[in-house]
Amino acid sequence: MSETAIVGVGATPYYRRGRSEPQTVLEMAGKAILAATEDAGLAIEDLDGFAYFMGGLDTALLAQTLGIPEVRFTASLTGGGGGSAGSVGLAAAAVTSGMADVVVSVMSLQQSRQRLGAAFLPTQEGAYPSGPTPELDFLLPSGLLAPGHSFALITQRYIHRYGATREQLGEVALAARANALRRPTALRSEALTLDDYLAAPMVADPLCLFDFCLESDGAVAVITTSLERARATRHRPVRVLASAHGGAGAWGQAIRGLAMPDGIFATSGHGPVAKQLYGAAGVQPDDVDVALLYDHFTSMVLMQLEDYGFCAPGEAGPFVQDGHIRWPDGALPVNTHGGNLSEAYIVGMTHVKEAVEQLRGTAVNQVAGAEVALVTGGPAQIPVSGLLLGRG
Amino acid sequence: MGNRPARDRRAGVLPASLAQLHADPWTAPFWEATARHELVCARCVGCGVFRMPPTPFCHACRRQDIEWVECEGRGTVYSYTVIRHAVIDELREYVPYIIALVDLTDAPGVRLVVNLLGVDPDQATIGMAVDIVWDDVREGVTIPRVLPAATG
Repeated sequence: MSETAIVGVGATPYYRRGRSEPQTVLEMAGKAILAATEDAGLAIEDLDGFAYFMGGLDTALLAQTLGIPEVRFTASLTGGGGGSAGSVGLAAAAVTSGMADVVVSVMSLQQSRQRLGAAFLPTQEGAYPSGPTPELDFLLPSGLLAPGHSFALITQRYIHRYGATREQLGEVALAARANALRRPTALRSEALTLDDYLAAPMVADPLCLFDFCLESDGAVAVITTSLERARATRHRPVRVLASAHGGAGAWGQAIRGLAMPDGIFATSGHGPVAKQLYGAAGVQPDDVDVALLYDHFTSMVLMQLEDYGFCAPGEAGPFVQDGHIRWPDGALPVNTHGGNLSEAYIVGMTHVKEAVEQLRGTAVNQVAGAEVALVTGGPAQIPVSGLLLGRG
Repeated sequence: MGNRPARDRRAGVLPASLAQLHADPWTAPFWEATARHELVCARCVGCGVFRMPPTPFCHACRRQDIEWVECEGRGTVYSYTVIRHAVIDELREYVPYIIALVDLTDAPGVRLVVNLLGVDPDQATIGMAVDIVWDDVREGVTIPRVLPAATG
């Protein structure tokens, strides 16, 4: 990919599920976009592209509402939350191809009528691919209604295969919470101990309350442009080293089918994307200074640590238990913003924002000297996605 | 066939409202068979690879033609979860319930998502042998569930 960079990030406050009313989804999107253009030192009139995931927003209404002079690119990745990091790659592709100059990736989430925690129910509203479908007939009658149910099944098999412990899953939750406690933007502001974790009610064995991410409202926008243009913006540019989205066909519908073959079942499904990403960027796992891993469930952080080559398959449990993902002293600080688990769940876009702040050197929980950040979207059905960013 | 009133359904099964079917021409024969208490799986006539849920193409050889193979309804638990929190209010009186992934013994590669009945939630295990039982939800709609395999 030729040279592109993220130049602006913006967000609304984060809210508990449904609490962003009476704002509208469009309104929150607009606020995040305006904040991102302000952050970049660009005018809203400079925007000419929109790159989304999970179906995206109605660009027609958004562009008309914000007074965008000319739209030159508008597209969305298919699938669900797995495309969050990849939506920035889509923006970069638009810039690289010459189709657009300044492209915004935005997620605006309001879960009053659409609840992603029960995403398979056919009554769900919103753009996320929903039922009824002939394929979901094979899940819903058994009470498999939610991504959490599917990830519980994957996690149980992972534990069976590798012997991961509740303490190891808990460490992912505790590390995220410790980071969130230092951030005024975080929705979780109370300390979490291992005893709290172990005493929490089970939701879907082997996942307890604290293995599940938050259910939040809010919007996050990220602006990508050419590196050349980026050099004239307000902040140090954050270079897009590479982005990849997709996954194996055999991973396929994944959490919406559970038919993945045994060889890849107990993984995050990110293996092919990780390989593509590192190859395109010319970067090794050892080069990554901070990892913003999509953490809708603690166990899926473990599997991503393996699929992205930070440890061998089955070894992520001991890896986290040894303190490696802790900020500031771990070898690989993970989700320094508190993640989906403890800051807010804006379908992974807060991870992109945090990566940008880390590489600018302005993060609340700054990783000293951070030069390369990994951001992921998903595990979910394909596409899952990854993004490698570098200090400009 | 498939015409028992709801009061005859097995204890502990989930509400009938969850069993809404939206079959397409490829999946309909499966549900027509379950209503007859037969478990059938789609197999490619070209290369013999099973494909479930049935789809218009064989993922191994891209051939479309399938044959419906009757299976005896035995399998092993590949994974399971005990759902203890009701995602929707309607399920409050049904938790805990167990969702199992069951690999069928005589249809390699076929994994069914089913409720595991007749076992204490803390006694479910991966690798457990199970047998299909039929839950006649309403006329024309029968959902497969599983029980621990009869021993001896």
